[in-house]
Amino acid sequence: MTLETHPRKLLVIIAEGALEKSLAEDAMRLGAQGWTASDVRGAGAHGERSASWDGDRNVELKIVATQAVAEAIARHVLDTYCRDYSVAMFLTDVAVLRPEKFR
Amino acid sequence: MVAPNGILARTPAAASDLLPDPVVLFFLLGLAARLARSDLRLPEALYETLALYLLLAIGLKGGVELARHSLAPLLPQLAGALALGIVIPLVTFGLLRSAGRLPRADAASIAGHYGSVSVVTFAVGMSWLATRGIAHESHLALFVAILEIPGIAVGIALARTGAPGRIAWGRLAHEVLLGKGIVLLAGGLVIGWWAGPDRIAPVAPVFFDLFKGVLALFLLELGLVVGRQLGDLRRAGLFLPVFAVAGPVAFGALGAWVGTIVGLTPGGATLLAVLAGSASYIAAPTAMRIAIPEASPALSLPAVLGITFPFNITLGIPLYHRFATGFAP
Repeated sequence: MTLETHPRKLLVIIAEGALEKSLAEDAMRLGAQGWTASDVRGAGAHGERSASWDGDRNVELKIVATQAVAEAIARHVLDTYCRDYSVAMFLTDVAVLRPEKFR
Repeated sequence: MVAPNGILARTPAAASDLLPDPVVLFFLLGLAARLARSDLRLPEALYETLALYLLLAIGLKGGVELARHSLAPLLPQLAGALALGIVIPLVTFGLLRSAGRLPRADAASIAGHYGSVSVVTFAVGMSWLATRGIAHESHLALFVAILEIPGIAVGIALARTGAPGRIAWGRLAHEVLLGKGIVLLAGGLVIGWWAGPDRIAPVAPVFFDLFKGVLALFLLELGLVVGRQLGDLRRAGLFLPVFAVAGPVAFGALGAWVGTIVGLTPGGATLLAVLAGSASYIAAPTAMRIAIPEASPALSLPAVLGITFPFNITLGIPLYHRFATGFAP
């Protein structure tokens, strides 16, 4: 018996730790039903961030949502934060089991 | 008769006067390890725990002292400290704009960092005075909590005058006032004040006796952090590194003078000078990042952490003490 799955988008946003609260609030306002955040470290165009103290923290925010909601959040992040902050962002296809949790 | 003995007795004291506190060696160890590319790395959770401990311990110490004294003589001292918190960022901004030719946003953000204060520099100052048996007013911990705020507020106001932009003041106030710095310092002050010297005794072994050891560990971690910032200094130009030493020395002298005027002991005036000469790297960077997004942290952090902090804990504190004893009546 195959499991019934439903297609959704996973939006991953990796950004400066200072943005965590704003990003989570904006995502919920734009229709996300939840988010998961973790502290991460890494390097990119803005140099290395090693998460060893407050000013050097990076956060990874994962949001599973419908394509429309995920794209709306991604567009908002591009317009609002990407000019002045270090942000990496990508979308992937995922399959969920309980579609009512990710409308 | 007095002179030979006096000189003999004073020479070692005068020499040790200029030496940094032993805890500073832990900072230098971390710095050296980072520069030598050692894989030494303290877990982030430990950094958080040590920072939490230091903030709470400083608050408690101040609170216990407040319980011993009446509050009325504090008012002129508080006014003096607040005046410093406003004047220092304004002067910094003016200098960075005119002589440093920095963009408004960057100058305002750096002014906010220097207007605010560094709790750890203050802790090293306390430790330096304690090692030499120099008394000071412990209620200065109250000033640490209060002085974190005006510098940040002035910095943001400077960035936004003439360049109107939307600021989420609510979120920012929440970030600054309910950040861990203010909550733990103020919370510690209230608990220490309420408990007083006798009832605080059961927790004293943890918060007072272990203080120096914890400070040493925290400085080891900061040495690693500063080592990383030094690389970014190359991009900061020439003016900013010069300012990062000359600014604190001038502000430290101003702080020692104001401290003496408002009636602090030389030890207390030294600590007020340390606060005036120090720059924030816990509260200010986050607040400035949210409030002034266009300001580059690659300018402010190397100056604050790469130069001003190491300068203050090694050469700055003994120098500020010289200022304070020089101004003393």
